[in-house]
Amino acid sequence: MKSGQSVGFLQRKGVLGFLFTVPADAILLLLLAYPFVLGIWLSFTNTIIGRTGSFVGLENYIDLFHSDVFWLTAFNTVVYTVGAVFFKLILGLGLAILLNRDFKGKGLMRAIVLLPWIVPTALSTIAFWWIFDSNFSCISWLFMKLGIMHAPINFLGSTVNARISVIIVNIWRGIPFFTIGLLAGLQTINHTLYEAADIDGATPWIKFKSITLPLLMPLLSVITTFSIIWTFADFQLIWIMTRGGPDNATHIFGTFSFQRAIAGGHLGEGAAISAFIFPVLFICVLITSKYLKREN
Amino acid sequence: MRQKRKEKFFRFYLPLALFLIFLLFPFYWMFATTFKSDMELYNLKLNPFLIHHWSLLNLKHLFFQTPFLRWLANTFFVAITSTIISLSASLLAAYGIQRIRFKGSSLMGIGIFFCYLVPPTILFIPLATMVFKLRIWDSLWALSLIYPTFLIPFCTWLLMGYFNSIPKELEECAMMDGASRLWIFWRVIVPLSLPGILSAGIFAFTLSWNEYLYALTFISTSLKKTVSVGLVTELVRGDVYHWGPLMAGALFGSVPVALVYSFFVEYYVAGMTGALKE
Repeated sequence: MKSGQSVGFLQRKGVLGFLFTVPADAILLLLLAYPFVLGIWLSFTNTIIGRTGSFVGLENYIDLFHSDVFWLTAFNTVVYTVGAVFFKLILGLGLAILLNRDFKGKGLMRAIVLLPWIVPTALSTIAFWWIFDSNFSCISWLFMKLGIMHAPINFLGSTVNARISVIIVNIWRGIPFFTIGLLAGLQTINHTLYEAADIDGATPWIKFKSITLPLLMPLLSVITTFSIIWTFADFQLIWIMTRGGPDNATHIFGTFSFQRAIAGGHLGEGAAISAFIFPVLFICVLITSKYLKREN
Repeated sequence: MRQKRKEKFFRFYLPLALFLIFLLFPFYWMFATTFKSDMELYNLKLNPFLIHHWSLLNLKHLFFQTPFLRWLANTFFVAITSTIISLSASLLAAYGIQRIRFKGSSLMGIGIFFCYLVPPTILFIPLATMVFKLRIWDSLWALSLIYPTFLIPFCTWLLMGYFNSIPKELEECAMMDGASRLWIFWRVIVPLSLPGILSAGIFAFTLSWNEYLYALTFISTSLKKTVSVGLVTELVRGDVYHWGPLMAGALFGSVPVALVYSFFVEYYVAGMTGALKE
């Protein structure tokens, strides 16, 4: 009798369904939601490595607002995100359109294109680090051989060059995500639409503008939103290539907070720096949820 | 005819070739550097794009003078354990949310999805304090437990989409025969969703193989490091860069994940596009 009751209890959809999600909920609550809140709390304390700090209110934030490096970091983060996402979008879309045609070896090409995305970013970044070497760069060698330049390019040693270099590596890594994602969208577009446009004598540009782009828009927005949050909160690529240098010219929020918190030991201040990723995360969540709702 | 071919060259083959050179050159560069001697690497008179004299010295350095094999084993251990933990939790969660359903289940689905958007750069500082308090600092288990925070959201979302494609009638038939939910889950749903599980598994494996920030923050002993972290800290000493062994390490650290990927490329692409379209 009693066991029958407990079966009935479990068979009730509400309880059983929820029970299935408990392992996932537990991990996400304990190791994602809790540290999320703990991070906000830490940013209001003067915690350093090895010592629990006390509440200091907005002190960390006020200190940051008075620091030039912080403002430079904020500027760099925006430049890095806007520059990288813009080119990833343009180039990724371009490659997707190229690959959407019918040609021999299409499957192989699609597999190859994803490689920069699959391979550990830290490892491919080391390769770029070597490609951008100040003395032995193969690009410098080529340009000097061609007579375009007389001295090797100082890729990572000057402010502007270093910023461009890290953005190029980020573009390299991110193109596959845009390409493969958008390719899936392109393949769902009905061919008859293009045929109808051909009959009306539409140019390739008109076809792109009035058929491809509008139909691709929902997917394009979601992919771009993902890319924005990933790029804005990036870390490893810059940390390996420049450590934020030269003269903090490539520090972004992620690398700066690591430098203050882990390398420098100031956990509270580091948490305050990474808190500046929140607004962008929040906006991205809003945009994505708009599209998710529409789908439902 | 000629005109048309020329047009196709400029509109198609040329841009495609440029893209391929850009995307693949770093891999060629890893490969070429790996098999050159130091003499050749730093000789500006030689064409750097070719290998003039093949040499295995860099490989010897990497495999015998650094703990590279140990790092590979560590990375493998973390990738496998975190993938198993994430897949188990995600399978159950996706089934509960998508198939059994309960009050607020769709909201929970969206909530888990949003966890995927939370970047590690926000979490690594508080996690560092937690890892320290839990006394799993400098332990690979810390990574095995923390990686699921970014693997579960993705896998759950992917599997929810996959479960959607399994006809409800199969479950209903089994239920009429008096089968329990757990039995149905294990004997009907799991076998039917093997392709989806494979996609999620490959994704989880590559994502944890590639992780860098947590591995850099939570592990300090050289012998416990993962490939990505170990290479840079051990082979760059101050201003001395051992480019040969570094490139060899980058190449051989990428090979396992590239192999897994090449065997299951279709599943990977299906997983990626499936998750985006949902």
